[in-house]
Order: sequence, then C-alpha cells, then structure tokens
Amino acid sequence: MNDATPAPRATEPVAAAAPPGLSELFIAYALISLYGFGGVLAWSRRMMVEERRWLTPEQFNEAYALCSFLPGPNIVNFSVIFGSRVRGPLGGVTALVGLLGPPMLLIIVIGALYAHYGDLPALRRALIGVTAAAAGLIMSTVAKMALPLFRNRALGGPVIALATFGAIGIAQWPLPIVLIVVLPISLALAWVRK
Amino acid sequence: MKDSTGTLGTLAWFFALMSLFAIGGANSAVPEIHRFAVDVQHWMTDPQFSDIFGLAQLTPGPNVIVVTLIGYHVAGLAGALVATLAMCGPTCLLAFYVGRTFDRFRGASWQVALAGGLVPVTLGLTAASAVVVARAADDTWVAVGITVATALITYWIRVNPLWIFAVAALLGLSGLV
Repeated sequence: MNDATPAPRATEPVAAAAPPGLSELFIAYALISLYGFGGVLAWSRRMMVEERRWLTPEQFNEAYALCSFLPGPNIVNFSVIFGSRVRGPLGGVTALVGLLGPPMLLIIVIGALYAHYGDLPALRRALIGVTAAAAGLIMSTVAKMALPLFRNRALGGPVIALATFGAIGIAQWPLPIVLIVVLPISLALAWVRK
Repeated sequence: MKDSTGTLGTLAWFFALMSLFAIGGANSAVPEIHRFAVDVQHWMTDPQFSDIFGLAQLTPGPNVIVVTLIGYHVAGLAGALVATLAMCGPTCLLAFYVGRTFDRFRGASWQVALAGGLVPVTLGLTAASAVVVARAADDTWVAVGITVATALITYWIRVNPLWIFAVAALLGLSGLV
C-alpha cells in the first residue's frame, strides 16, 4: 500500500530493549487487551515494537506470521510464544492471563449490565464509528509492518505480499486456493535466498 | 441447565474442537459456533446470539472473548471459564511447543526459509483483512472518511489511537456515520 513512502516519523525502533520481567509482561498484555478496540494486532505492535521495544519490526513480523498459521486466535498464540521466549513457561502463562483476564472480567460485567439496562442500538451506533476507525488502524499497522519487507527488497517478498493482498482483498478469491498457490512459491523463494 | 456438569462438558469439548478451526482468528469459527449454540443446543435465540456477538465487539480485547460471554450465558461463571479455557488451552499449548522448536532451530536454513516465506503471505492476508473490515464498516462517506483519516493519522503521527476511537464513537453515537 505505502511501499513508496519514506519511513514514518513516529516509529524508528532500531534495537530491542532488555526482555521484560513477569510483572512488566503482565502489565503490557493487560494494556494491549484493554486498549484493544477493534482487534489487538495494532495495539500489540504498538506496545512491543514502538513503545517497549522488546522486538524489532522484523522479529515482530516473524512471530506474528508464525502465529497466523497456527490454529487458535493469533495474538493469543503470540502472547504465549513471546512470554515463554523471554520468561519460560511461567512467562507464557503470565502474558496469556494478562491478555485474557481483564477483557473476560469486563465482558461479564458488560453482559450483566446489558441484561439489566441494555441499550444496544445506541452502543451499536457508536460501534459503527469505532469499527470504521479500527479498519484504518489495521491499515496503518500493516503498512508499518510491510516497511522492512519493501526496504530490503528480498527476492520476491514484496511481490508475494502484494499478490496475496490483491487476490484476497481485491479480487476476493477463496482463501484456501490462494494459499495453495502462493505459499509454496513464497517458501521456495525464501529457501533460494536464505 | 438441568445437568450442569453435562453442560460444562459440552462447552469444553465443543470449544476445544472449535479452537482448531479458528485459523487466522477467532472470528473464522463464529458461523459454526452460531450454528451449534442456536440451532443444535438451543442455548440461546438468534437475536440473543447477535447481541452477545455485538457486546463482544464493543469490549476491548481479543475477539475470542465472545466465547467467554457465550459460556457465561450458558452456565454462569464456571461456563465462562470452561469455554474460554477450552477455546484457548489446546492451541496455546501447541503454540508453546511450536514457538520453542522454532527458537531452538533459530538460524537453521529451514527455519530461516519458513519464517521468510510466511511473512510476506501473512502481510498480504492482514492487509486483505483490513480491506474486508473496511468494506463491511464503511457504508457511508463519513465512515470512509473516518477509516482514511485514522489510517493516515496513525501512520504519520504518534498519537494514541484511543483518542481517534473516542471521536469515531461520538460520531457514530450522534448518528452522523
């Protein structure tokens, strides 16, 4: 999308900071989940790459890609993989509880309140606005994530990304068919250039 | 709720099974969850399901917490906990072992090639999902404006997106969107 634009001024994370302790890990994931209106991907990247600098943009992309191809919610998987990478199994559990605990409590309270005095039409109207904004936030996040790919122009990477995007986002071809074609090509190119 | 252990057991196996189908996010399992909860088990009516889904969208956090509220509706706090654990537990365990293996072989040629091959495809998929979300959300020109403005502002300026969301929520509430 933004492949020709220069690096965004707001984000120049160069090196990763020291890995977090358990309480930092918990707080970071609790914040990601509580900020996470309209999806947690944007907030994870903001926290892990831009604010705390625990991961470089490339490391974030790699872990996110791995999680996207595993079954289960991808940022939930991400929290387990990152937490256990820096602090072992206990770190994985800590990150997971930080990510799921607060919104679980919140949604039960919201559900109970709604059962008593729910005004869902008003909330739905607000949600229409928030969803439109969330779509924009995902776009800018993907654009930032794609920067390393387009910057080092690794063999075929940008072409694969644009082709996948065009096939599913614009032509709306079925996902399994696109993956069966694109994934082997992408893996073969990566094998050649490794 | 005549038989609460039976209900909890059903929640556990059903959501554990669903987690395996939730590739690319919890929302890809929602149609099947809807079919099972409404048509097969009669845990809730269709409007109740869409209210629960709407409330989950309104709550910050991963989309998977829709499962928490379904579990709560079916069997109270125990149901909420069982459904969420079942939906996340097996796949988290898998992620733990895959992540570990991936890190252990860091630098091995297959590991480098796998990571290098998955990243461009994932970026393409995520960009496509942004377009899908935008297409569903942007029925009016005001909504399109909100999407474009949010994308540009959050790309170029280091502002907390919560402020933008607050403005967008107010615009929605006032009926302008």
